[in-house]
Amino acid sequence: MMSEMRFESPQTLEAAVALLSGHNGITKILAGGTDLLIQMRGGRVEPTLLVDVKSIPELTSISQNNGAFRLGAAVNAMQMSEHEAFAQSWPGLTEAAMLIGSYQIKSRATVGGNLCNASPAADSVPALIAAGAIATIMGPQGIREQKVEDIATGPGKNSLAKGEIVLYFTLPPRAPHSADAYLRFIPRTEMDIAVVGAGINLTLNDKGICIEARVCIGAVAEKALLVKEAAAALIGSTCDESALEKMGAAVSAACRPIDDKRGTKAYRIKVSSVMARRAATIALNRARRTH
Amino acid sequence: MNDIISEKKLKVIGTSPDRPDGVPKLTGTAQYGADHSLPGMLWAKVLRSPHAHARLLKIDYTKALALPGVKGIITSADLPEQKFDYLGPERVAQNFWHMTRNILAREKVLYEGHAIAAVAATTSAIADAALKLIVVDYEILPHVIDVEEAMADNAPLLFEDMITRGVTPPPTKASNISKRIQFQLGDPDSAFKTAEEIVEMHFKTAPVHQGYIEPHACLARADQDGQAEVWSSSQGHFVIRTMTAKLLGMKTGDLRCHASEIGGAFGGKTVVYLEPLAVALSRKTGHPVKITMTREEVFKASGPTSGASMTIKIGVMRDGTLVAAEGIFKYQAGAFPGSPVMNGCMCGFAPYDIANARTIGYDVVCNRPKAVAYRAPGSPISAFAVESTMDMVAKRIGMDPIQLRLKNIAKIGTPLLWGAKHGHAGFAETLQALQKHPHYQSPLGKNQGRGVAVGYWFNGGGESSCTVNVNEDGTVVVATGSPDIGGSRASTAQMAAETLGIAYEGVRPIIADTNSVGYTQATGGSRVTFATGMTVINACKKIIAEMCLRAAKIWKIESENVIWEDGSARPAGKRAGEFPPLTFKEIAAKRTATGGPIVASDSVNAEGQAPGFSAQFCDVEVDPETGAVKIVRYVAAQDVGRAIHPKYCEGQITGGVVQGIGWALNEEYIYNSAGRLENAGFLDYRMPVASDIPMIEAILVEVPNPNHPYGVKGVAEANIVPPMAAIANAVHGATGRRLTDLPMSPPKVLAALDA
Repeated sequence: MMSEMRFESPQTLEAAVALLSGHNGITKILAGGTDLLIQMRGGRVEPTLLVDVKSIPELTSISQNNGAFRLGAAVNAMQMSEHEAFAQSWPGLTEAAMLIGSYQIKSRATVGGNLCNASPAADSVPALIAAGAIATIMGPQGIREQKVEDIATGPGKNSLAKGEIVLYFTLPPRAPHSADAYLRFIPRTEMDIAVVGAGINLTLNDKGICIEARVCIGAVAEKALLVKEAAAALIGSTCDESALEKMGAAVSAACRPIDDKRGTKAYRIKVSSVMARRAATIALNRARRTH
Repeated sequence: MNDIISEKKLKVIGTSPDRPDGVPKLTGTAQYGADHSLPGMLWAKVLRSPHAHARLLKIDYTKALALPGVKGIITSADLPEQKFDYLGPERVAQNFWHMTRNILAREKVLYEGHAIAAVAATTSAIADAALKLIVVDYEILPHVIDVEEAMADNAPLLFEDMITRGVTPPPTKASNISKRIQFQLGDPDSAFKTAEEIVEMHFKTAPVHQGYIEPHACLARADQDGQAEVWSSSQGHFVIRTMTAKLLGMKTGDLRCHASEIGGAFGGKTVVYLEPLAVALSRKTGHPVKITMTREEVFKASGPTSGASMTIKIGVMRDGTLVAAEGIFKYQAGAFPGSPVMNGCMCGFAPYDIANARTIGYDVVCNRPKAVAYRAPGSPISAFAVESTMDMVAKRIGMDPIQLRLKNIAKIGTPLLWGAKHGHAGFAETLQALQKHPHYQSPLGKNQGRGVAVGYWFNGGGESSCTVNVNEDGTVVVATGSPDIGGSRASTAQMAAETLGIAYEGVRPIIADTNSVGYTQATGGSRVTFATGMTVINACKKIIAEMCLRAAKIWKIESENVIWEDGSARPAGKRAGEFPPLTFKEIAAKRTATGGPIVASDSVNAEGQAPGFSAQFCDVEVDPETGAVKIVRYVAAQDVGRAIHPKYCEGQITGGVVQGIGWALNEEYIYNSAGRLENAGFLDYRMPVASDIPMIEAILVEVPNPNHPYGVKGVAEANIVPPMAAIANAVHGATGRRLTDLPMSPPKVLAALDA
């Protein structure tokens, strides 16, 4: 309410971790702030320590190492889309981030924030999971790695321990004929929250057979779901109509949505397969074009 | 026929000059409701009910008052009781017994967000903190949200003693039905028996919010002698004055109200929420007090328009002649009586010549915020039902929907349901303009459909005042009492410039406060360009007469030998040619020597307004797998009388259609089982965003109103009447499914496709 809030903007990771683990009140990490500031304004969270991580170089840059991209957790959506090599390798992840809000929001909102805020409807998260990203996390006990699908655990909840901070995401090197795509359904054309989201990442062999696939759907459960059965429906096929149908059916079967102000259960279950099929078609066409 | 100036001679009217209020708005210096501040000012916050329906047992604010920085708290106990009485014309009647209970709850809270107390403190954070220290004991009561449920026999009653008005003999049992009204023309029961085809359908609409960008805000200061001053964002500062003075037991003349710039209103800022609270708190604390609503408060506590449940029956001959019509309209009033159901009953069939028709309306209270005017209040709701049914009538008899409407269109002399006769041309011309639009014949793509609908609105006249001051440099200040919500400063300045024969840039239009200009009704009902325009023209004519007198004095000739032409006084009659003309500027410069200030005031109670009429078609594309409706083309024709400022007329049409698209597709209040609103924000109360909207083509049909010097007809409202039905009709064309329940959101459309 009227309690005092401390604001810190550490320049190094070590300083950030020390601040986060050394404070006894309510600590919040501030990256883009596009969720946090709204929560604070609405009185839903009243932090006593705010740690702004935007001055830490490891968190705010995109780099490439042996074909693998390292995406800083505090990189914003506009930075991703303006990084040509990254956006070309991961068009689905980039477009997922670029669906979030207005240009003003996209210039602040970060993938790390989107993940740790743990909204089941977060747009970049299904794409990040489909991409097979690994998060590097630093905490008082040092550095560890974790699959992104294991970070959000439920609405507003994540698996990070006190004092831990996500540094960056490592995306696997791209094999030939690989591509990703993300689609969401919203009742409007922009400035909305996903009713259903679907991220697809796949790799074809030289004959056009799908040899690897990851399918992740958002806003249909307490967190984004990686649907292995849906991926299995694509692997080994040419991703023809019947394979896409099977994949869509597997997606619908995996949904465990709720009725809420953004959509009904029945609607989400049905439209999740539509979004997944349409996203798969986009990913497929991209994969066929890439070498 | 008044002195309509022929189009050839018009120089300013019919052009689209820059708006006089544009630069301050673009550069951010314009002063909106929340921008006013005074030294020593306090911030006030309002405690609101978390319950949809509860008895207020006790309000204890001792702890809140003890919080350092809190300067004063008010509850309904600080306001005088009001007499239970419906005042004013029935269509817009006000009951101050209800109004005082809406601004601060008394016996009960009737909706989530209902104001209970207001706290003034040195900062808004302290005021917020104080709200949490107020202890309210509630006895929670069952609530009712839906109109049909509110009308049911066993419904929880908002007012235990409410006996339905308009029923003879009066019912003996209380209900949530505040009023029943009926209009009838001819003998519809017999006429239905002669009809070759009858279409009967049932419809529901959701309440929708006006969605203005600027939340309610005001600043008030009170003096020790009973005077007070208010700055607020409203459509009518005279209305604010009348209501606030009455609610607080003040003398009207002791309250001076200023109209700030306004960030949208659409009917929603024609009532008071904050102003009486701010004045009362200022009186109590001795400090100026500012109150602003959050967006959540705007959604939970300020008026939407009604949701409704409706049944329409239309009887037709196979040649397209409409022989009988009936409409039953049940409108939600929200927590207090006063939905626009009477308008709905009057407007629904008004576009047509139907000899036998009947409408029955019910005004029903339920546990939602009190409904307030929204652009053509009541008409879009009944038009959705009537125009959807008309589309089915056209399809039943295999007739083009524009042709069906043209065949039955109201003309001068057509009797209206409420006993009057239709008095103006323009409806048929508007439909013909729409019919001639090349896109009406454009081929449709896959999953696409085309829908047509029309809409009627009364338009308003009424009381307006102005003062025109001529300055020494030949410029003029036109002060009116009309808050400018739709470009009225530009249009009145244009009419002044045209009448005086001076440049538009030489006219500075301002909105004077309540105690500096004559009484003026609120900006609403599409009345300002018509009525305020008329008083400005009258005042300018008085100025011209005065300018001619001054010229006569300068020339030392008889005033009857001076005429006004092209912005100059000229000697005429037997004096013709004796002197070179004196321009407006030259005469203005000699003000002091010729008799002093050159000023004219005028007031009107304008009559002779022409109704608004809009005819629209749109093409939609429906995604068969998601139920998403995309508007791909929209054409809206409207009879604008004469377009004073054509770009603003187009803007009004575009704006009405955009709001109609939101109403049609996604806007709705989502309540949980406890009667709490779940989507009190723009993220989940889904008004359209720019990318949802196609290019909207506005066709200005100009059939001048003979009762206005420049032919003005109101243009601001008729355009929101047709879109919901036009879109529903297009969805039917695209899918073969008839959507009868607004909004036509993707889940509903998909369910209809799968049915």
